[in-house]
Amino acid sequence: MADQAVFADQAMQYAPQLYSAAMRMTRNRADAEDLVQEAYLKGFRSFHTFTEGTNLRAWLFRILTNTYINKYRAKQRRPDETDLGEIEDLYLYKRIGTLENPNVGRSAEESLMEFLPDDEVKDALEGLPDNFRLPVILADVEGFAYKEIAEMLDIPIGTVMSRLHRGRKAMQKALYSYAVERGLASAEPADDVQEDER
Amino acid sequence: MTEQAQTSGACEGPGCEETLKELDLFLDSELSDGARQTIRHHLDGCPDCLGAFDFHAELKLVVAKKCQENEMPADLLSKIERCFNTDFDGDGVIG
Repeated sequence: MADQAVFADQAMQYAPQLYSAAMRMTRNRADAEDLVQEAYLKGFRSFHTFTEGTNLRAWLFRILTNTYINKYRAKQRRPDETDLGEIEDLYLYKRIGTLENPNVGRSAEESLMEFLPDDEVKDALEGLPDNFRLPVILADVEGFAYKEIAEMLDIPIGTVMSRLHRGRKAMQKALYSYAVERGLASAEPADDVQEDER
Repeated sequence: MTEQAQTSGACEGPGCEETLKELDLFLDSELSDGARQTIRHHLDGCPDCLGAFDFHAELKLVVAKKCQENEMPADLLSKIERCFNTDFDGDGVIG
């Protein structure tokens, strides 16, 4: 049977990952620390409900996610899917992917890892509304499967997929607009430009 | 993705449009082995789709790497561990 000494022993190894996700959720260090502490305390108290042999990391992330939703999201409820607007598929690839576009200041030798600064990638993620940000954090940063994310967020797998798809496209759009701001890519024709959602 | 690739029946199996629809599932490792093979087969013969898949695979790596915090506050672990020794609600039980 799971007991609390075992919890203290086995759960702490995931603290850096939980803190990392909490930073992307709350967007600041003080709230992220509070959130992680609260999640651990809840995990500690309810560890008797954990089924041994199942995925402790996923169990902790579920607690973290729910704690975040209950604590921070209640006051900023947003409508679901309408927020992001329509963004075409392959948004960023069509603009900077092929390296043939003379309006993009990216050389053939420059990888995306070099072209996209850390801060801009974080900002693009943190700019997403919660409904889209949580699935992207859980899938793309933490590497959870659709099924695990569906359980954590208590939404159907199809909804996980559509939010991931739309959230990623919105991130791509933000990343492109940052590149334009830096003068590395040219702005699009006015009728094609939509306001940044952030 | 080119006009020709989309309209010609040149490649067997799924066309570019159908392949690109599976991009998320492919990169998220959510396809069955069979479906994965079918996509791979198309990518082997289609540089356009391969370019798009490679780009998104790289972008996914970039997001994973750059959105992680490399450093956790030094005292966070000890703060958490202190929770495990504190009787918060005064009921005589830790936690």
